[in-house]
Amino acid sequence: MSKGKTDDVTGTETTGHSWDGIEELNTPLPRWWLWTLYLCIIWGIIYTIAYPAWPMVSGATKGVLGWSTRANVAAEITAHESKNADLATALLATDMDVLPASADLNRYAVARGGAVFRANCSQCHGSGAAGAKGYPNLLDDEWLWGGAMADIEYTVRHGIRNEQDADARYSQMPAFGELLEKDEITAVVEHVVSLSNAEFDATLAEAGATVFADNCSACHGETGLGDRAQGAPNLADAIWLYGGDRNALTETVKNARFGVMPAWGPRLTEADVRAVSAYVHSLGGGE
Amino acid sequence: MTDQTTPPSLYAAREPIFPRRVTGFFRRFKWAILIVTLGIYYITPWIRWDRGPSLPDQAVLVDLASRRFYFFWIEIWPHEFYFVAGLLIMAGLGLFLFTSALGRVWCGYTCPQTVWTDLFILVERWIEGDRNARVRLHKASWNLRKWRLRLTKWAVWLAISVATGGAWVFYFTDAPTLAVDLVRLTAHPAAYITIAILTATTFIFGGFLREQVCIYMCPWPRIQAAMMDPDTITVAYRDWRGEPRGKSNNRRRSKAEAIQIEADAQAAGPGEARYPGTPYRQAAKPAAPVIQPVAETGDCIDCMACVNVCPMGIDIRNGQQMECITCALCIDACDDVMDKIGKPRGLIDYLALSDETAERAGEPVKPLWRHILRPRTILYTVVWLLIGLGLVYALFIRSEIELTVSPVRNPTYVTLSDGTIRNIYDVRLRNKSGEARDFRLKLTSDEILRIELEGTEDLTLSIPADTTVLQRVYVTARPEDPAAKSAATDLRLWVEDTSAQTRASKATTFNGQGN
Repeated sequence: MSKGKTDDVTGTETTGHSWDGIEELNTPLPRWWLWTLYLCIIWGIIYTIAYPAWPMVSGATKGVLGWSTRANVAAEITAHESKNADLATALLATDMDVLPASADLNRYAVARGGAVFRANCSQCHGSGAAGAKGYPNLLDDEWLWGGAMADIEYTVRHGIRNEQDADARYSQMPAFGELLEKDEITAVVEHVVSLSNAEFDATLAEAGATVFADNCSACHGETGLGDRAQGAPNLADAIWLYGGDRNALTETVKNARFGVMPAWGPRLTEADVRAVSAYVHSLGGGE
Repeated sequence: MTDQTTPPSLYAAREPIFPRRVTGFFRRFKWAILIVTLGIYYITPWIRWDRGPSLPDQAVLVDLASRRFYFFWIEIWPHEFYFVAGLLIMAGLGLFLFTSALGRVWCGYTCPQTVWTDLFILVERWIEGDRNARVRLHKASWNLRKWRLRLTKWAVWLAISVATGGAWVFYFTDAPTLAVDLVRLTAHPAAYITIAILTATTFIFGGFLREQVCIYMCPWPRIQAAMMDPDTITVAYRDWRGEPRGKSNNRRRSKAEAIQIEADAQAAGPGEARYPGTPYRQAAKPAAPVIQPVAETGDCIDCMACVNVCPMGIDIRNGQQMECITCALCIDACDDVMDKIGKPRGLIDYLALSDETAERAGEPVKPLWRHILRPRTILYTVVWLLIGLGLVYALFIRSEIELTVSPVRNPTYVTLSDGTIRNIYDVRLRNKSGEARDFRLKLTSDEILRIELEGTEDLTLSIPADTTVLQRVYVTARPEDPAAKSAATDLRLWVEDTSAQTRASKATTFNGQGN
C-alpha cells in the first residue's frame, strides 16, 4: 500500500499503478459485499462440519448430521418397497401359472420385472428384449427351452449351461468339423437350408438329408423341428439365433455353439425371479 | 482538484404513506369489487358438486395427487393441459385489451396486491384512525397506547393473512377434511408450509411493503406502460383547467352562488352548455354551466386531497407516472372538493390524453366509443374470442374415451417362427366417465393386418371408471402379405365403447421387413 496517492477526478486512492496515464483506482469493496463474503466463509466452515466434505486418505469426513446419498437412496427404496409389501407378499404366494389372471398383481409383477430385466438382463438380451446374435430374442414365439411361465421361471432361476448351478439347463452340440467330411457338411447345411423353404440345391440337399438323419435328427428331430427338452432349436422356422445363411450354418455345424446364461436364482430375490419371469412372459411370446 | 461529484445513492428509503379516507363512486365500486373478489376466493373451495361415488365432490379442485383438475362440470386430465395454457393466454390477452382501452384497471381494481392492501388499510383506519391520527401515531414515541394500537392492528392483519393462506390450500384437497385435519394438526406438512408462506407474504406485502411491491417488485407497471397509448382512457389531471393552482379564498363562490349556477344548469337542460372538460361522466352530476376560469388561477385550489388519499403516495397532477395504479380514488377526492367549492367535477378524471388539444381549445372531443373501439383493441378482442371459442369447442368435442398409441420401436419389428412380422404398440386406454366401461379395440388399414391383445384372447377390455389402462397390442402381417415386406404401412387403431357407441382412433404405422 502506497501512502495515499489520490486520483484527481474521483478523489479515490490509487494503487500507484499507471498504464499510459490510466491509473488504477483502489476503490474499497462495498461493506455489504465484504460482510457477504465473511458470512459465506463462516457458512462454509459450518457446512463442512455438518456435511460430508473433507477428503481423507480413505473416504471423506462424514459430517455431524450424518447425511449420505447412499443412505437416502436406500431409505427411499425401502419406503417404496414397504408401500408394495402386500403385493410382493402376494407375488410370492401366487402360483406363477395363474398370475396373469389377477390383473393388479400381474401389473405389479410385470412392472417390477421390467426394472429387474433392465438392470440384469438387458446387457445380453437388449433393453427391448430383442436379443442379438447368440442371445435369444424374447419377443418372438420360439423358445429353445419352453415359453410357459414355469419354463421361463426355471430358465431364469437356474440358467443355461453354467457351472454354478447343478440344475442348469444343459445340452451340447458336438463340433461336427472333426466328425464329418467337408462335403458332408456342405450337404447337411444345404439340407438345413431346404427345411425353411429357402432356395436350395435339390440334389445336394438330398445328399444332406442322409447325413442329417444319421447325425442331427437325434436332437433336432427327423424333420428338424427341434426338441425343447434338449434345447435343440427348430431348424424349420424363420428364426435363427446365430444366423440362417450357409456361412453361419457351416460355422455352427463345424464348431457348434455353446451359449451360456447365468443362474439368477442365487443373485436375485425370489420375488425378483418371479417378477422378471412374468415380465418376459408378457413380452409377446409367452405360452 | 476538479469537481467532486458524489454519485446518486441507489437506495431510497420508503416514505410512509397514510392514505386518507375517501368517499364517492369509485370508492364504492372498489368496495364492491373487494367484497366480490375476496368472496370468490374464500368461498369457492367450499362449493360442492356431485360427480358420483368415485370422484371428489368439490366444485373447484386441483387434485395434484391424482393429477386432475375439477371445475364444476369440467374435468381436466394432465394431457389436456392446453386448456390451462389457453386460459392463461386469454388472461394475458384480456389484460392487454383492458390496458390498451382503460389503462391499468387491473392494477387499480382487481390485483390481489391492491385488494388486500385496501383491506389492510381499512383495518388500519378502524384501529388507528384516519390519516392525521395515523401520522401522529407514526411520529409518537413508543408508549403504551402506540403498542396497544400497533399490536391490535398486526393481530388483525395476521388473522386476515392466515385466512388468506388457509383458503389457498383448500383448493388442492377436499376442503372440509383438510379443515378438520388442520385444526387437529394432522394435515400434511405441505399444507402448513404453504399456509405459513402465504401468511407471511400477505402480512408483509399488504401490511408493510404495499406500494413498494407495485413500484419495485412487479414487472407489470413497466410492461403496461408499453401497452398504453394516447387514446387509452386513464386517470389524469386536467392541468389546462386546474393550473395555475392557488389557494386564494376569494375564488370560492358562496353557497348561494353555487346553488344558483346549478339551477341555471338544470334549466339549460342536459348536454347543453356542458363544461368542455367533462366529456365522459354525465351521470355523476347534473351538467354544469360553462364557466371560463377566472383570469389568474385555475380550478385547482391545491388542497392536496388527491395526494392525501393516494395509496401510492404520488401527486397525479405531475402527470402520468409509473407508480400510478389508476385506482381512481383521487377522482373521488377531487370531485368531493369541486362539489364543495361549487366547481364542476372532473378536474381529475378518466380521460384520454389525445383529447387534450381539443379540450384546451374548448372543442368537442372524440366520443368514448372511438377511444375504446380501435384496431388494436378490436384485434385483441378478436384473438381473445377466437381462443375462447376454440377452447369451448375443444371442450365439447372431447370424448369420454380416448387412446394414445406409442409404437414400440425397440426392435422395429419381430419375426415370428412362421415368418410372420409382428409390431408391438403400447396403447393407453382412457375411460373418463364415472363408471366402468367395456372397450373394444379394432384396426383399419388398406393392407391385411391382424390385431391381438397381450394376455387376452378377445379384443374387449373392461376399463374401470376414471382410469387409464396400459395394454400391449400386437399387429401382425403374414409373410406373404404386402405389409410384411414393405417398409411402412399406415394403419389406424380404434377404441369403441360398446355400450355408449362412442369411439376414438389414432393413426400409426406398421413396420415391415423393407424397413
